[in-house]
Amino acid sequence: MKTLSLIAAGVLATSTSVVAETPVLTIYTYDSFVSDWGPGPAVEAAFEETCGCDLQFVGAGDGASLLARVRLEGDRTDADVVLGLDTNQTVMAAETGLFAPAGTDLSGLNLPIAWQDETFVPFDWGYFAFVHNTDMDNAPTSFEQLIALPDDVKIVIQDPRSSTPGLGLLLWVQAAYGERAPQIWEGLAPHILTVTKGWSEAYGLFLEGEADMVLSYTTSPAYHLIAEEDASKTAAEFTEGHYMQIEVAGKVASTDVPDLADQFLAFMVSDAFQSIIPTTNWMYPVSVPESGLPAGFETLITPETALLIDPQMAQGARNMALEIWLSALSQ
Amino acid sequence: MAQRAQPISKVLGHAVSLGVLGLIVATGVAVALRAEDGARIGAGDWAAIRFTVLQAGLSALLSVALAIPAARALARRQFPLKSLVITLLGAPFLLPVLVAAMGLIAVFGRTGLLSAVLSAFGLPPLQIYGFHGVVLAHVFFNLPLATRIILQGWLYIPAERFRLAQSLGFGPSDIARHVERPMLITVVPGALMVIFLICTTSFAVALVLGGGPKATTIELAIYQAFRFDFDLAKAALLGAIQVGICIVAVVLTRSFPVSDGMGAGLDRRLDIRPPRGWVFTTQDAGILTIVILFLLTPLAMIVLSGLQGIATLPPQVWWAALRSVGVALGSVVVTFALVLPLSFALSARSRLAELATSVPIALSPLVLGLGLFIMLNPYVDPRAVALPVTALVNALMSLPFVARILTPPVRALRSDYGRLSASLGITGLTWARLVAWPRLRAPLGFSAGLAAALSMGDLGVVVLFADGDSATLPLMLYRLLAAYRVDQAAGAALLLLALCLLLFWAFDRGGRANAAL
Repeated sequence: MKTLSLIAAGVLATSTSVVAETPVLTIYTYDSFVSDWGPGPAVEAAFEETCGCDLQFVGAGDGASLLARVRLEGDRTDADVVLGLDTNQTVMAAETGLFAPAGTDLSGLNLPIAWQDETFVPFDWGYFAFVHNTDMDNAPTSFEQLIALPDDVKIVIQDPRSSTPGLGLLLWVQAAYGERAPQIWEGLAPHILTVTKGWSEAYGLFLEGEADMVLSYTTSPAYHLIAEEDASKTAAEFTEGHYMQIEVAGKVASTDVPDLADQFLAFMVSDAFQSIIPTTNWMYPVSVPESGLPAGFETLITPETALLIDPQMAQGARNMALEIWLSALSQ
Repeated sequence: MAQRAQPISKVLGHAVSLGVLGLIVATGVAVALRAEDGARIGAGDWAAIRFTVLQAGLSALLSVALAIPAARALARRQFPLKSLVITLLGAPFLLPVLVAAMGLIAVFGRTGLLSAVLSAFGLPPLQIYGFHGVVLAHVFFNLPLATRIILQGWLYIPAERFRLAQSLGFGPSDIARHVERPMLITVVPGALMVIFLICTTSFAVALVLGGGPKATTIELAIYQAFRFDFDLAKAALLGAIQVGICIVAVVLTRSFPVSDGMGAGLDRRLDIRPPRGWVFTTQDAGILTIVILFLLTPLAMIVLSGLQGIATLPPQVWWAALRSVGVALGSVVVTFALVLPLSFALSARSRLAELATSVPIALSPLVLGLGLFIMLNPYVDPRAVALPVTALVNALMSLPFVARILTPPVRALRSDYGRLSASLGITGLTWARLVAWPRLRAPLGFSAGLAAALSMGDLGVVVLFADGDSATLPLMLYRLLAAYRVDQAAGAALLLLALCLLLFWAFDRGGRANAAL
């Protein structure tokens, strides 16, 4: 009799666990986030420990195509959260009406600027910078110095039409020089070895030795230092200041698991998530975890001026900056 | 011609043609219908169209101009390891563009092999970035294809023709005029058109070697429309312009005379006696040396830089490699299901089949992928069908090449052996076994190898559909690069190169086990 009731209890237990389906949280992000070398796997494991859910990351191409993918799917999207947009896209993304305000507590943020967006939650950030080898003897300290260098000092940059850092550089020049941006681009033109589709190709060319400097992030040298114990890379600090990229996530309005989405966004700014970021995404956490930044990050340059075009203006600024860029480099 | 020998195959060929063209049109319409505003083509887009046509035209001309003497030398000279060399020479065409571009830059770049040699003599480094860099890269990719198409033409001349020429005491110039030129006239326009069309969809390589936004192609403009402006109407319109250019190219090619074959032969092993004299020997040796060095040095650089990384590749990369092989084999099956009826229809000069086997070359991969995504998304989870869709799209993309390889032998099979077979009453399976198989075996093997390798190396639509668990090897390669793991990425590139060649070699060898080469 006892055995029988045990079996009955067992059957009951199994059947209830079948009935109570594990909720699924679907997060669209850029491809390198979900890759085995990105933050994805560790983030998934850490969140699933506490959420009682199944977190599924979906890679939707690179950073520039993520928003396009979500717009393509519209209201029918499976996404509950979209992670990996940046501040140049937030206004455009909000205008689609596909995102809902998050209401996440952001009091713990320590970004170089005050965060005001109510829809999107930041999860990491970095400064764009030109990375070069430490043995480069005439490393410039401003755009104007770079322009004054001999023409055989070459940089490799990304195309703003297909790459997020490429667009970042456009806005950097725009934010630093405004009306003088066309002159700066004309001055830079002879130094541009070539323009690549994405960050990977440009960085690859730099590592091959094809160019003296590559447009990347101030945090790039940290990868070489920490993962490869190679201290030969550094970023040039520019006196004009450095343009910031702040990466954000947002809750999709049509989500069927809004509470879970909120829970994830809160988790995203907690130590568990933030401590994964520096050595997987090679960016700064938006809220420095209690354990601090990994050893090696203290060697990175820390720009005095953080530049960022107001997200409200970014849409107009980027179209104008693209026109300037195209006409300066097509001559 | 014996059109009535296989009436069913023509109906089937037309059905497949309509299916392929229907799918292409549907993807374009799907993208256009999702658009919010009408499309406008600006000055920048016209510049992109001009640049695209110009670089593609020049690349095609140069590739074919180099391929003619190279194919002739390969056809009439015997040398050790010739078969291996021919297989290796095909590699640049099969490689993912990013890998190939890295190999090219390792040779022609500012710090490349050639610049190192130049600096040893106190000369400045090579300047590869610019319009000439784009053309150089496209010739690198397409010279192998041009050589193979034209070589196929040479091998296709019946041995009896050369014997007759020899017994008539023809010199090399007489052979060129009476035997080789008629063959070239039938082969060269097609080769030019195919390469022109391939070059019209180039984007990442044109940009990186072109040195900047001057080298904006239509495909890059489509990217901009989709990702920068989210202007789907414009993306669809530009995609349609690309297809329009393709149709114009097809029509132009059609106006060239097409000879009705070279007459039937007895399937003897091709044995062209090479012309005597040091001028011809030097000429052949010279062109072969240049082509081999040009095509194989970048490959050697890929191998060298990848050796270290391939040993440290994590298991995920090997799994991705296995998935890619699976997709490639699936793609071969789909390719054959489509191409066999198509090549019979093509051999009967079906215009519909000609369009269906030409348009896919000029298709924007982005518009095709987007269209499929928009069409499938309401009904199935795109992630669930990532790999089958990739296999289908890869098959579609290799269709034009495979159809071009198969059609001449199929046409000859019908025009030269159709009546004989009919009068002897050989039909059905017996016909397939005794008449068709021995003549189609080599081109079938070549086609399968090409379809498999092209699918293996293609990044294609998987980017739009894949999640963490269905990444193919090319996607893994990009992921390694994006994670700064350059050495492992070089290892993955080597693995990809090796697998592409292995698949190609295995099928191709199976096909020409007892053939001339």
